[in-house]
Amino acid sequence: MGYKQYILVCGGTACESNQGIALFNALKKAVEENGLVNDVQVVRTGCLGFCEKGPIVKVLPQDTFYVEVKPEDAAVIVKEHIIKGRVVSRLLYDKTQSKINVGIEGIDFYQKQFRIVLRNCGVIDPDKIDEYIARDGYKALEKVLFEMKPQDVIDEVSKSGLRGRGGAGFPTGKKWQFAAAQPAGQKYMVCNADEGDPGAYMDRSTLEGDPHSVLEAMTIAGYAIGASMGFIYIRAEYPLAIKRLENAIAQAREYGLLGKDILGSGFSFDIEMRFGAGAFVCGEETALLASIEGKRGMPTPRPPFPAVKGLWERPTVINNVETLANIPVILLKGGLWFSKIGTATSKGTKVFALTGKINNSGLIEVPMGTTLREIIFDIGGGIRNGKAFKSAQTGGPSGGMIPPQFLDTPIDYENLGKIGSIMGSGGLIVMDEDDCIPDIAKFYLDFTVDESCGKCAPCRIGGRKLLNYLDKICKGEGTHEDIANMKDISEAMARASLCGLGQTASNPVQSSLRYFMDEYKEHIDEKKCRAGKCKNLLRYTIDTAKCVGCTACARVCPVNAISGERKQPHAIDTAKCIKCGQCFEVCKFHAVTRA
Amino acid sequence: MAKLTLNDLRKLRDQKQKAMEKRDPSNKDAQIIVGMGTCGIAAGAKETFNAIIEELDAKGITHVLVRQTGCMGLCHSEPTVEVIVPHMPVVIYGNVDSQTGKQIVNDHIINKKLIDNHICDKPAMDIVR
Repeated sequence: MGYKQYILVCGGTACESNQGIALFNALKKAVEENGLVNDVQVVRTGCLGFCEKGPIVKVLPQDTFYVEVKPEDAAVIVKEHIIKGRVVSRLLYDKTQSKINVGIEGIDFYQKQFRIVLRNCGVIDPDKIDEYIARDGYKALEKVLFEMKPQDVIDEVSKSGLRGRGGAGFPTGKKWQFAAAQPAGQKYMVCNADEGDPGAYMDRSTLEGDPHSVLEAMTIAGYAIGASMGFIYIRAEYPLAIKRLENAIAQAREYGLLGKDILGSGFSFDIEMRFGAGAFVCGEETALLASIEGKRGMPTPRPPFPAVKGLWERPTVINNVETLANIPVILLKGGLWFSKIGTATSKGTKVFALTGKINNSGLIEVPMGTTLREIIFDIGGGIRNGKAFKSAQTGGPSGGMIPPQFLDTPIDYENLGKIGSIMGSGGLIVMDEDDCIPDIAKFYLDFTVDESCGKCAPCRIGGRKLLNYLDKICKGEGTHEDIANMKDISEAMARASLCGLGQTASNPVQSSLRYFMDEYKEHIDEKKCRAGKCKNLLRYTIDTAKCVGCTACARVCPVNAISGERKQPHAIDTAKCIKCGQCFEVCKFHAVTRA
Repeated sequence: MAKLTLNDLRKLRDQKQKAMEKRDPSNKDAQIIVGMGTCGIAAGAKETFNAIIEELDAKGITHVLVRQTGCMGLCHSEPTVEVIVPHMPVVIYGNVDSQTGKQIVNDHIINKKLIDNHICDKPAMDIVR
C-alpha cells in the first residue's frame, strides 16, 4: 500500500480557467493508461502561486516544478518523468527569467519567499521552549555571552545593515551604539509590539508563533547596550500573543535563560510585559515610553532621543518585534551573510500582511527588492474575481497609495519613499477597480483623526480639516480650491507635526492627489464616482429597453421610489431614491444602471 | 527542570535535534501539526484539532503525534494542517474543517492517499537546516 509518486495539479482559479481541469483529467488518464494507478496519485491542490505561469504541476517527492503545462503535456510527464525518471526540461521554469535575485545560494528558483523572521512560525510549537532550542534557539545568545564582547555584537548588527522594521528604517546597529555609548548605569531594552495599522498582523503572528526569538533577541540587545531590564509593550487586544509570551517568559526563567547570571555567564537580564490599551499613537516611541511609565500616551519632542534619555530618563533602546526576530539569525549566520540579502540600502527580508482584494491573503516574507508585481501576482495569486488592480497601500494610514505604474519597482525603504509611500510596519492592502480613491483616503484620515492624541495643532486641526474636505468631495460638493487647500495642509502637517503620526497622516492624501487626480476631478467636475462607492454621486436609472416590467425592483424598493405597470418599463423617481442599491442587486435583466 | 548551564543547554539542544530528526518523539512516527495562531483559531482550528484527535482515538491509532504551531502564513486557507508521514511527502493542507480533519486521518494516515483540493504550497524553504 502507498503511492511512490504524487502529481499535484494547481486547482487555483487562475489555473483552472487555463485548462487546469482538462490537464488534471489528462494526467489521470495517462496514469491509468500506463497502469500506474497504484503507484501514482494525481491530486488537485489549492493555489500554488505563480499564476502568471499557470497551470502549474508539481511532482513529489522530487519536488519538480513544471509551468505552463498543457493537457497535451500530460502523457510526456507520465512517460518521461514518472516512468523513466527523466525531468521534462522544456516545462521547467527558466531560471534566467527569475526576477528575484537575492545573491544567496540555496534558494530554489521558484521559491518566492525567504523566511528569516518567520523561520519558526508554523514549524515549532510556540508553547514549547525545547522545540525552539532544537531549532538553534538560544544558540546566538550562547555565542554572544561566551564568545563576544558587547561592542562585537553591535558591530555585527551594524555590519548586517539591519534597519528598523517598525517603519522608519533607522539602522539598528546605530541605535544600539548610541545607547551603549551612554555612561553605564540603569538602561532599558524595550520591544515595541504595539502593532496598530489597520490590516497589519505581522508582529502578532510572530509573537504567537515564535515568542522565544524575541526574548532571545532582547537579551542579546540588553547585553550589547548594557541593560538589565526589558519591557515588551503589547496591546491588550492580542490575548493569544500575550498568553504565549507569558508562557515563554516563564519557561525561559525556569531554564535560567532569563534572570540572574544567565547560563553562568555573569550577565543578568529579565523581561516584563506592559499592556497598551490599543491607542495608535502609543506605537510612536516617545508616546510608548510615556505609556509604560503610567502616563497618558502622548509623544514628546526629540531630541533627546530615547537612546539618550528614555524610560524614566534612562538610556533606552526601542526595537520593533520584526527587527528583533532577525537578531538571533544575524548573530548566528553573521552580519555579512545577512547583508547579501536585499538591495543596496535595504538588507534582509520584509514580512508583509497581504490583505485586501487579493486571492491569497496571508503572511509573507520576501527579500527586500522584490517587486509589488511579484508579491501581488506570484505570491498573492492576483486580484480577486479577476478585477483590475488599482492601487496598493503600504504603511497603513501613514503610507501612500501606489498606482499600477510602480508595480515593477523593487520594494525597499528608499524606493517606497521616492514614490510617496513608506515601508511602514508591513501592512499591504490591495485595492481594485471597485475601490474609490477619495473614499479610501477618507477612511485613513478618519482613522488618524480618531487616533490623534491632540497634543500638537498641525495634527489635531490639520487632520480634521483634511477629513472635512475629503468628506465634501465624496459628497460631490468639493471644489478645486479645496484640492489646493488640501495640498497646503498636507505639507504643513508633514513638516510641523510633533511625531510620526501627524507627519505621515497626510501621506494617503498627498499620494492619491499625485497619482489619482483624475478621480478627484471626476468627483468635483462631473459629480461622478467611477467605483460606485460615493453614495451621493450615484444615480440609479432604469434602461427602458432592457426592463421587462417584472416588478422585482419596485417590490424591493424601501421608499417606493419605483413605479410602473406590470410588463411595462419601470422608472425611478430620483427625488425619492435613497441610493440603497437594492434594485440594482435584484434586477435579473441588468436594466438598472448605476452611474 | 533546574537552571541550565552552558553545557546543559548544548546537551539539551543535541538531544532535541536528534529527536526531531528521527521524528520520533515518544515512539510516534507520524505528525499532524495544526496552525493555531489567532487567524487559525478564528477560522475553526480548535474544532479541527479536536476532530483529528477524536478520529485518531476512534480508529485506535497511536503512532501519530498531534501538535500545535503558530501561523503558517496561508491566511486565505485557514485552518491549515501539516501532515508528516514516513515515506510520504510532507504536505500542508488548507481549509481543513472538522470533516477534512477526519479525512486526513482516514485517507492520509490510514490509506496513505493525499486529499484532493486541499493541498497548499509550503511558503518557503527552511533556513535553519
